[in-house]
Amino acid sequence: MELLSVAITPLMLLGAWISGTVLQRRHLRTLLVLESGSREVLAVTIEEMPPDWRVASCELVMGNVVISQDYFKRIAATIKGMFGGNIGVYEPMLERARREALMRMKAVAHARGYDTIINVRLETATLASMRGDGKGTAGVEILAFGTAIRLAEGSDRRFRGDPRFLPAA
Amino acid sequence: MIISNTQEVPGKTIVEFFGVVSGSTVRAKHIGKDIMAGLKNIVGGELKGYTELLSEARGEAIRRMSYQAEEMGANAIVNVRFATSSVAQGAAELFAYGTAVRVE
Repeated sequence: MELLSVAITPLMLLGAWISGTVLQRRHLRTLLVLESGSREVLAVTIEEMPPDWRVASCELVMGNVVISQDYFKRIAATIKGMFGGNIGVYEPMLERARREALMRMKAVAHARGYDTIINVRLETATLASMRGDGKGTAGVEILAFGTAIRLAEGSDRRFRGDPRFLPAA
Repeated sequence: MIISNTQEVPGKTIVEFFGVVSGSTVRAKHIGKDIMAGLKNIVGGELKGYTELLSEARGEAIRRMSYQAEEMGANAIVNVRFATSSVAQGAAELFAYGTAVRVE
């Protein structure tokens, strides 16, 4: 019984590490496929469109994802955190969460027939811990949102040199 | 109701301002989903239950905000922002706010 309780934590850590890594790799592969197919929808963070774009309709679109780190990497980050510096294990998690949220937003816009999203914003929120002892986070939510627009017949997304966007002569 | 997070509604002009409108909702997950998320938390990855919960809750906050704008006689809301806060153990507040306007 003793032996079991001593062995269970390393086993859980190992299991978490392997499955977490496998899930991450699989997710990155799916993201690459999704992103290669998402060029029809253009997402930009600019607030104002070039004035010659004629808009037929617009709507707010959103994409969100709640993601959590695996147990092994959380422990690793805690140890790394004692020494300070870059917490490398968290960077890929947040990066793929943001990419996923952007993809979902684009998918919503595409499904509703929009071709461009302007004023794209990304927001991050930490969810409250779900354990009574206050340890461990329930995850991080990434929200991507923007205004999806459909250009009017005869208007295209080509940029024709608006003086406001050109460098001063 | 046109909702947009830009300063103006693309392709339309604002003719009247009605002021700030907001909508919020506080949601908690049910226990089954909480346990599932707890297990998922060990291996990492997406917590689908929470993703759905938050997107539904945000939809509700937007509906409440739109209702308020409709009451004022607006037909669009511009400059919409979102805020999320964890108010209590396992509960989250989703808040949406913007400016109610009439566009033509």
